[in-house]
Amino acid sequence: MEKKIGVYICSGCGIGDALDVEQLANIAQEEFSVPVCKTHAFLCSAEGVAEIKKDIENEGVNAVVIAACSPRVMHDVFNFDGCVLDRVNIREQVAWCQPPGEEDTQMMAEDYLRMGITKVQAMELPEPYMPEEEMSKDILVVGGGASGLAAAVAAADAGYKVTLVEKEKELGGFFKKVKRAAVPPYKTFVEGYLDELIQKAQSHENITVYTGAKVEKTAGGPGLFDVTISQNGSTVQHRFGAIVLAAGWVPYDPNKLDKKLGYGKYPNVITGVQLEEMLASGKVKKPSDGGDVKNVAFLLCAGSRDPEHLPYCSTVCCIASVKQALELKEADPEANVYVVYKEMRTPGQAEDLYRKAQEAGVIFLRCQDPEVESGATGLIVRGEEDLIGEEVTVEDLDLVVLATGIVPVTAFGEEVNPPQEDEESQEEPAPTDIILKSDVLNLEYRQGPEVPILKYGFPDSHFICFPYESRRTGIYAAGCVRRPMNVSTAVDDGVGAAMKAIQCIELVHKGAAVHPRAGDLSFPEFFMQRCTQCKRCTVECPFGAINEDEKGNPLPNPTRCRRCGVCMGACPERIISFKNYSVGMIGDMVKAINVPDEYEEKPRILVFACENDAYPALDMAGMRRMKYNPWVRVIPLRCLGSMNIIWIADALSSGIDGVLLLGCKYGDDYQCHFIRGSELANIRLGKIKETLDRLVLEAERVRFETVTMSDYAKLPEMLDDFAAKIEEIGPNPYKGF
Amino acid sequence: MGGPVSQSILVVGGGMSGMTAAIEAAEAGYEVFLVEKNSYLGGRVAQLNQYFPKLCPPYCGLEINFRRIKNNPKIKVFTLATVESIAGQEGEFDVAILQRPRYVNEKCTCCGKCAEATTMEIDNPFNYGMDKIKAAYLPHDMAFPMRYVIDPALVQSPEAQKVKEACPYDAIDLDMQPQKIELKVGAIIWATGWNPYDARKLDTYGFGVYPDVITNVMMERMASWNGPTQGKIIRPSNGEPPKTVAFVQCAGSRDENHLPFCSGVCCLASMKQATYVREQIPDAKIYIFYIDIRAKDRYEDFYNRVKEDENVIFFKGKVAKIEQQEGSDQLVLRVENTMTEELHEIAADLVVLATGMEPTTATEPLPIPVAYDDYQFLPGLVVQPGIYAAGCVRTPTNVAEVVQDGTAAALKAIQSISRR
Repeated sequence: MEKKIGVYICSGCGIGDALDVEQLANIAQEEFSVPVCKTHAFLCSAEGVAEIKKDIENEGVNAVVIAACSPRVMHDVFNFDGCVLDRVNIREQVAWCQPPGEEDTQMMAEDYLRMGITKVQAMELPEPYMPEEEMSKDILVVGGGASGLAAAVAAADAGYKVTLVEKEKELGGFFKKVKRAAVPPYKTFVEGYLDELIQKAQSHENITVYTGAKVEKTAGGPGLFDVTISQNGSTVQHRFGAIVLAAGWVPYDPNKLDKKLGYGKYPNVITGVQLEEMLASGKVKKPSDGGDVKNVAFLLCAGSRDPEHLPYCSTVCCIASVKQALELKEADPEANVYVVYKEMRTPGQAEDLYRKAQEAGVIFLRCQDPEVESGATGLIVRGEEDLIGEEVTVEDLDLVVLATGIVPVTAFGEEVNPPQEDEESQEEPAPTDIILKSDVLNLEYRQGPEVPILKYGFPDSHFICFPYESRRTGIYAAGCVRRPMNVSTAVDDGVGAAMKAIQCIELVHKGAAVHPRAGDLSFPEFFMQRCTQCKRCTVECPFGAINEDEKGNPLPNPTRCRRCGVCMGACPERIISFKNYSVGMIGDMVKAINVPDEYEEKPRILVFACENDAYPALDMAGMRRMKYNPWVRVIPLRCLGSMNIIWIADALSSGIDGVLLLGCKYGDDYQCHFIRGSELANIRLGKIKETLDRLVLEAERVRFETVTMSDYAKLPEMLDDFAAKIEEIGPNPYKGF
Repeated sequence: MGGPVSQSILVVGGGMSGMTAAIEAAEAGYEVFLVEKNSYLGGRVAQLNQYFPKLCPPYCGLEINFRRIKNNPKIKVFTLATVESIAGQEGEFDVAILQRPRYVNEKCTCCGKCAEATTMEIDNPFNYGMDKIKAAYLPHDMAFPMRYVIDPALVQSPEAQKVKEACPYDAIDLDMQPQKIELKVGAIIWATGWNPYDARKLDTYGFGVYPDVITNVMMERMASWNGPTQGKIIRPSNGEPPKTVAFVQCAGSRDENHLPFCSGVCCLASMKQATYVREQIPDAKIYIFYIDIRAKDRYEDFYNRVKEDENVIFFKGKVAKIEQQEGSDQLVLRVENTMTEELHEIAADLVVLATGMEPTTATEPLPIPVAYDDYQFLPGLVVQPGIYAAGCVRTPTNVAEVVQDGTAAALKAIQSISRR
């Protein structure tokens, strides 16, 4: 677009005391010849904003540079439709963190203004991505158990068409086997807990049910998922907007358990699932001879919380076993029922159930390592009881019930080996996701056929703040495939996942991004003529958004894209850009920094800061009026993973003395909102060494630090430290070239 | 089928579950009113130092959520506001909101001149009263909305006019009155969260008597850089770092005289706080007195990680009494070891009571009659047609589950509107 730039500089909030605002305006007018440049004592006031709006209306200003407070505040005030906008942060990150009236403070603000004007010169208004094909608003739910049923009914009730695919002959999942459920408020057991949902799913006008069916293939992306469903040897194809992955779980295989638990050796050692079936049929009998059952022991954590088996806690086994114990006690108050546990885990109101079982006479024994043996008159459980501190022996047992844990169906199948990188390449390979061929979604994604696993087979990603997010856009896991959970929680979880699916559909239909940049209309565009088929973008995209054709050309799926810019940072040819965020744009901003010659003894340090964490932390340091080195020039990035190393090379060859990257923590407990942006940035730094060697520059000129949002107290020191290092190394010899 | 009377959703409570419910519904295109009692959003989560098990700061996720709100004109936020009355039914509720005066209007730029001009100090509610704050204040470093608050006591004081005049932007309005706002909404999500159980009721534990007996929520503030001690874990009595720290689990929880239920998070919270202590005071010794360690799901990994630390002693036992001998500055915990039945006396410099979560509805029920469970929690996701519950007002639980819950409640509310 033809741009007419308006620069508006605020002198309020101490900016005018710290800076010579008129001098700042001169930069805009003299160096950049901007047609409109104004200063204001209170720019965010109604009058200040009215003035800007007047210029937009009367003067045709369509590119606005606001030099004032941080873009994180007054967001609703400085909001001008149809204009490109940059917020130059001369309050929190200049006036409030630098001594007033100093030459260095002024230079910092001037550089930021140069960078801002340069940025809007390079920016265009994003146009939403609208595929040529028709998008669908329908929702596919994979799995007809508790969470799948709930998701399907919830989405259908909200007016969306749903297809429910269940691999078994009937709906209900594991709960088909369960007659009575222990669910909040745990007063009585509920019979037919899922009956109503099943009935609704079968009769709902918005729901199509396929039982005995599976998903053969899932192609496309949000709005455009083309799914092949097979049933009874025939297949149907349908386009969906989003997918709820509620494929459920299977009990841990009891044959794998430690032999001392007796499974497979003694017929009367059964699993909790087997007992559930007996309870449902009303016939709790000894498998050995069909005899009556009087004495029963439950062994909890059978294979759970055990590094050899399932390292995690399956959450539901304590409640389920206590329920079963109570049912046995209710059926026969004279029965001797023992629950042998390691830690009793009945959180929330489920504590009532535990109390009720104690009152009913169920005997609880705390043993960390029980064993099962056979005696003349029945099975024997032996173990060291923690509470009495001595060995206890429970004899004459008719049944021993092993509470085995929950394994998500996504935990099975061979691991996908990612295609090997180019043998000639000496570069450190990008980290790859764990993807198992679990035969659930069969995604036609270049990166692999299923949703990547976070841990132990569960396909989630940010399980604290954003638990529904997976690494595949538009696919939301629910129920025990996501994490072990009780049936009532699974039902609610299905509803939540349906919410995310609906939201994804609505956003994608507007051409907008989903979480965490929800509503962002920009998307990456590829200048294919210059592509060298290096595959970096396809390998590094954390969300598997980019497929490849047989020649290795990237095939972007913009509706899968989260707009983090990792592909843009990865591309050595720099052919990937957004309308309002590009390699060229940031490169120009770097070049806009005024580099004084070495005799002025004013080094320059370029800081690339993650805009989600490091940048807000810098703001907070400013709000606290902490002071830090005046040589730094901060450029926020969508994600540090969008950092293209050409920027570092450009900076160093133009005389900038050091480059500091501030990114999020990576590794197992990663904090990056785009999974591995900061990790990738750090790996790319490995490649900068070549550049440094070529320029005969010291490696210490480039530094990477991980910071969290709450590290703002440490940031000044971090910046000062690096500045001291740069001073020690001495000036960059490329100044003035 | 009659047409919908109102297409908007009211979310009451701006903590993690309410904020999530509001944002999720708004991002799907629905109009949402978010009503929060405090002067800022974020609820209890904003007061935490770190989350378990990643040990990451809550500010990180809050920043994303605040940005989602900033970018979404469908969400209208009311802070310092409470729901006074609800009338009508699903699809056509009439709700009256009472908004208390902030005495600061939208012209506020957060420049801080009002605080500079104020000499009056008040107990800092954000830090559970452990320190003082100027009576013209920003609630915390990442407060959203980012706007100062003037305490009513300052408004009444002779200093008020001076503070008002110190504002260069005419943002202080000393005459601001409580405002009644009437809304018509189609559905309501109640997400008013929890209060820490009052540790004063645990009369043998000496909270409020001995300064070095604190609660887990206070420990979070103490460990936070923006807390009362700039993140230093100290004994409140003398400001020294504690050499021995005792965590008393189930302080009032799983106890029929107090909170009969389990709050589900305190075990993990104490283990997390043990890591705070161990990081700051390398030779500190830690006791965790527990009944059962409840680290469900993959939080088990976190338990295993903390267990590896030799300086953290997991002691299965119930603390009967906490005392401080006269003339001594050490606390002594009388504990029965439930494993050996022996009675122990264990000395500690700092005691952290892991108090549980009491639903806010125990003290502030909904303004219309609804069902509660035995412990005054709302009974489930669906309270009654058109009214949904989310978060710890429904069941005590951790952040991830609260987010899940808020997301589910959002869809329930949407259904409630769209099926009409």
